[in-house]
Amino acid sequence: MTTLPVTPEQVWTALAAVPDPEIPVVSVTDMGMVRDVTVDGGRVSVTFTPTFSGCPALHVIRDSIGEAVRALGVQDVEVRSTLTPPWTTDWIQEDARERLRQYGIAPPAPAGDSPLITLDPEPTRCPRCGSLNVRMTGSFGPTLCKRLYVCDACKEPFEGFKSV
Amino acid sequence: MTATEQQAAETLSEGLRAALIEKLTALADDEIVLAHRDGEWTGHAPILEEDIALANIAQDELGHAGLYLELRRALDGSDADRLAFFRDASEYRCTRFVELPKGDWAFTMLRQFLFDTYEALWLEAARSSTYAPLAEVAAKALREEKFHLQHTALWVERLALGTEESRRRTQTALDELWPYAAQLFQPVPGEAELVTARIVPDLEKLRGSWESFVLPHLTGKCGLTLPDVPADAGAGRDTHTEHLAPLLAEMQSVARAVPNAEVW
Repeated sequence: MTTLPVTPEQVWTALAAVPDPEIPVVSVTDMGMVRDVTVDGGRVSVTFTPTFSGCPALHVIRDSIGEAVRALGVQDVEVRSTLTPPWTTDWIQEDARERLRQYGIAPPAPAGDSPLITLDPEPTRCPRCGSLNVRMTGSFGPTLCKRLYVCDACKEPFEGFKSV
Repeated sequence: MTATEQQAAETLSEGLRAALIEKLTALADDEIVLAHRDGEWTGHAPILEEDIALANIAQDELGHAGLYLELRRALDGSDADRLAFFRDASEYRCTRFVELPKGDWAFTMLRQFLFDTYEALWLEAARSSTYAPLAEVAAKALREEKFHLQHTALWVERLALGTEESRRRTQTALDELWPYAAQLFQPVPGEAELVTARIVPDLEKLRGSWESFVLPHLTGKCGLTLPDVPADAGAGRDTHTEHLAPLLAEMQSVARAVPNAEVW
């Protein structure tokens, strides 16, 4: 008796259910972290790219990816990481940006390849009331990927994604 | 370590490999020691947001150290944690610039600004390294580093143009730090060969672009005065201040007390 081989599509679907450990409303595929899936007979190889090099959740992400693939009945799973091309917030999926906003995190502005010192290329909107009347209160937030803001229209503090 | 890193490592001559190990260690050690100094502000920074900011910056710098030490692993099979936590001061290759005690807020921000500018420019140039794994690391780290530079450049400006007291402290910090800053541009043994092979950026050229970035900011924009003392590299990276050993003793105490711990 042989087990049915999985298809790359099945692996992608399984990975789409693996949440980002720090922002559970988005998955690792929503974030654009999964770069490649290959299926070779019974062997599945997943390549992902770290968001921030010092992100403490990296090993959790690596383990969760492995577990999600093993849950499909695959024994032989390899999870590799790559730095090339470097992860950018431009890879966050459109619908995930909306989920971030509903969760209270302002989605990132387009990152592009900006020079060393630059003003915000696009203004940040309050994720609650949509106002542009916001102030950055901290250029670093509770996680490496976020900054702190306060909205002067609805008076709510909120987090915003850095554009990386 | 990826297969491509392993392949790249195998293309290096014996001499280049030894020099690159030395260079990666120096790069990582600067980041580890400076991150520790930044971490000393946790719970003590002037405002909560800055407590968070310095913790973030320290975490990023440690992330960069991790990337460099992974590259070193591909060259000699060494282990990042063992290198960080079980080497003595004499084996560290950081500059004395990063070892100096954290000082006051002006000293911390000014040192971080001088370092961030150097690091951002180094990474920008290293993106075109002929050693592909290093080029990849540089492209990755640069995206993070520019946030540090934006932050510390603004703080130096705010402090220098703030009150009389903040201005005095910033000038004092510059007077103290300037003589040490040249150490950032001091090559490691074998670095000239790495530069010829276009594996790492030329520090002499880099120093030029660093000066044309930091000098207008410090003197023009912030109205600070460069001290008369020349920026002098002094002894090499194997010579340390008396401040490094106590720093490492604190940083390494848990790892050395429980050397076989698997969960931290």
